[in-house]
Amino acid sequence: MPDTNESIEALAQQEYKHGWVSHVDADQLPPGLNEDIVHAISAKKHEPEWLTEWRLRAFRHWLTMREPEWQKPKYPKIDYQGIIYYSAPKKKPEVSSLDEVDPELLETFEKLGISLDEQKRLSGVAVDAVFDSVSVKTTFREELSKQGIIFCSFSEAVTDHPELVKKYLGSVVPYTDNYFATLNSAVFSDGSFCYIPPGVRCPMELSTYFRINSAGTGQFERTLLIADEGAYVSYLEGCTAPQRDENQLHAAVVELVALKGAHIKYSTVQNWYPGDKDGKGGVYNFVTKRGMASENAKISWTQVETGSAITWKYPSCVLKGDNSVGEFYSVALTRDRQMADTGTKMIHIGKNTKSTIVSKGISAGHADQTYRGLVKIMKGATGARNYSVCDSLLIGGTCGAHTTPYIESANPTAVVEHEASTSKISDDQIFFLRQRGLSEEDAVSMIVNGFCKDVLSELPMEFAVEAQKLLGVKLEGAVG
Amino acid sequence: MTTPLLEIRDLHASVDGTEILHGLSLSINAGEVHAIMGTNGSGKSTLTKVIAGHPDYEVTGGDVLFKGRSILQDEPEERACAGIFLAFQYPVEVPGVSNLYFLRSALNAQRKSRGEAELSGAEFLALVKEKAKLVDIDQALLNRSVNEGFSGGEKKRNEIFQLAMLAPTLAILDETDSGLDIDALKTVAAGVNSLRSPERAFLLVTHYQRLLNYIEPDFVHVLLDGRVVKSGGKQLALELEDKGYAWIEEEAASA
Ligand SMILES: Nc1ncnc2c1ncn2[C@@H]1O[C@H](COP(=O)(O)OP(=O)(O)OP(=O)(O)O)[C@@H](O)[C@H]1O
Ligand SMILES: [Mg+2]
Repeated sequence: MPDTNESIEALAQQEYKHGWVSHVDADQLPPGLNEDIVHAISAKKHEPEWLTEWRLRAFRHWLTMREPEWQKPKYPKIDYQGIIYYSAPKKKPEVSSLDEVDPELLETFEKLGISLDEQKRLSGVAVDAVFDSVSVKTTFREELSKQGIIFCSFSEAVTDHPELVKKYLGSVVPYTDNYFATLNSAVFSDGSFCYIPPGVRCPMELSTYFRINSAGTGQFERTLLIADEGAYVSYLEGCTAPQRDENQLHAAVVELVALKGAHIKYSTVQNWYPGDKDGKGGVYNFVTKRGMASENAKISWTQVETGSAITWKYPSCVLKGDNSVGEFYSVALTRDRQMADTGTKMIHIGKNTKSTIVSKGISAGHADQTYRGLVKIMKGATGARNYSVCDSLLIGGTCGAHTTPYIESANPTAVVEHEASTSKISDDQIFFLRQRGLSEEDAVSMIVNGFCKDVLSELPMEFAVEAQKLLGVKLEGAVG
Repeated sequence: MTTPLLEIRDLHASVDGTEILHGLSLSINAGEVHAIMGTNGSGKSTLTKVIAGHPDYEVTGGDVLFKGRSILQDEPEERACAGIFLAFQYPVEVPGVSNLYFLRSALNAQRKSRGEAELSGAEFLALVKEKAKLVDIDQALLNRSVNEGFSGGEKKRNEIFQLAMLAPTLAILDETDSGLDIDALKTVAAGVNSLRSPERAFLLVTHYQRLLNYIEPDFVHVLLDGRVVKSGGKQLALELEDKGYAWIEEEAASA
């Protein structure tokens, strides 16, 4: 594991590190949601008619839907008419050089630890940064395009590659899918788009950073990632939001398409503002993430969820092609009044499909966490295999952890294994580490990082380091 | 007269409301090796944990001085950084945390608290190599998770390796010899002996005279019901091996 103790100490002071607000002039639509707003969003983005129509169909469908109530976290009713559905930094971000980007915006990204400039030169990570609703800058684009890789904002993809967008948008998560995905389909304002041509191994990690900035805005970004036959891509997604009293809604949709023999690795470090100690404010993180795997394809989801007042997400794999593979590695940390209901769905359709689920949940304070997973073996999925392990770690006596694995098998040749455990950090472990000279917080952080190792080791190196730091910071004051 | 390295004065300590140590006194000078023996449940491990500052144990009377200063208010990590090391009777496992990562963090935390520069990766590995040889610990164990799946003997050896790496001023070994085969015992003893120095003291908790054949103590104390009831030289250990504890219990009862 990478050595991060120094950085944990450096970060020790702050409560919520990303809790500042940028004062960038924003071009906003008035709050509220109706067909005019949907039209206006589409018009602002100069979208073709088919897309406007698609949005409208979604919106009309949404009106017929009811907000779901089956999930464990309960929250006060969201006022959908009080949300601003479109907010863009005023200076047009369509620039070819970073010099033209609003300096304060650049500063924002620097505070996020992703100076685009530096990223560009040093790290070899191509970044698309989504600020409120609009994609600001995609680095490395030219370099990638030499190999035929398309990595751009969703809006640009609509303009420059309409055939790809039209073909795949909604192909994995249809606009009728669920309440929040349908809402997203109606009002999404931007996001990232990526296409890897057949046989191409994307030479760098692709990365998107999301940040909600303006007050009262919702963030509805949409990510569409297509790995053509035999292609490989590793994609990273990071999220932060400023500290605000009111709750903010984040309802994103991520669609992954892995064609024959392709491999998509999608990693998330989520650190939306969780609300204060008593549960005031914080982001509602209701996202729909799903991947479709064709023959011999592989989709791996890795997530580290530490933020948000409520997290409610189930990155899933539809294993449609024979011999396709789905993986889900998850760390979810909740403390204070945070709630998380998260897990995955593995839908085995093809023959000899394989899935692996490794979920590590950590709860502290009054937090409550549920692992909810579905392994579904369809009739034709002969020889399907699933292995799931769900471990929960409790810190203190007032938090909760629940594991709800659903297994539906319609094929008798399938083998499904599930293991679950719940443990507490023992006083003797903490004492042992303190006896060797570590502070109580470093001791807890070390134990938690060890607990999560199987998941963290799935992350690309620099992301693993960030995730470890984050876990350390998040655990500040969680013990004792 | 020089200040003792460790001085325990009339120590009373309880756990969960039950008093275990009933007025224990003990004094250890730098450079000395003391052995503590006593029946099961007499309070030996309790004493070691109280010295190290385990939060479950409440000191209700008396004092513990380290280098002349009371440490009762100090956090466990402060005591560790001050130079107190405890090799546990039952070493705990820390799944997923590599032995070396853990040790490097611990060593650097201690160095930092003393105002010393942290060791670089290369310096650290050089030290590991030297000390691993000293206690003859398998390189493979060092990269595995702390004590996870280690055999009983491997865990004990790992404690001594940590001791060698952290180089404390006061090393307390709680039954490190239990569960070691003869060869391991000899290696561990050789490791401890090589760490003996005029500045450093050892407190060895043991049930067996055997260990004391290899690590010769300056003093042997007998703990009975939370008190030191008899102290003597190394021949006291031989006597205990021979006669058991009954005669001491009688002696203590009639005293
Ligand atoms: N939580 C507790 N509540 C009550 N009594 C306790 C508690 N923990 C330990 N004790 C008791 O304290 C006494 C001393 O225990 P300790 O572990 O110090 O003994 P020991 O001398 O190290 O024994 P051994 O030789 O078996 O290792 C024992 O009688 C034990 O049962
Ligand atoms: Mg004991």
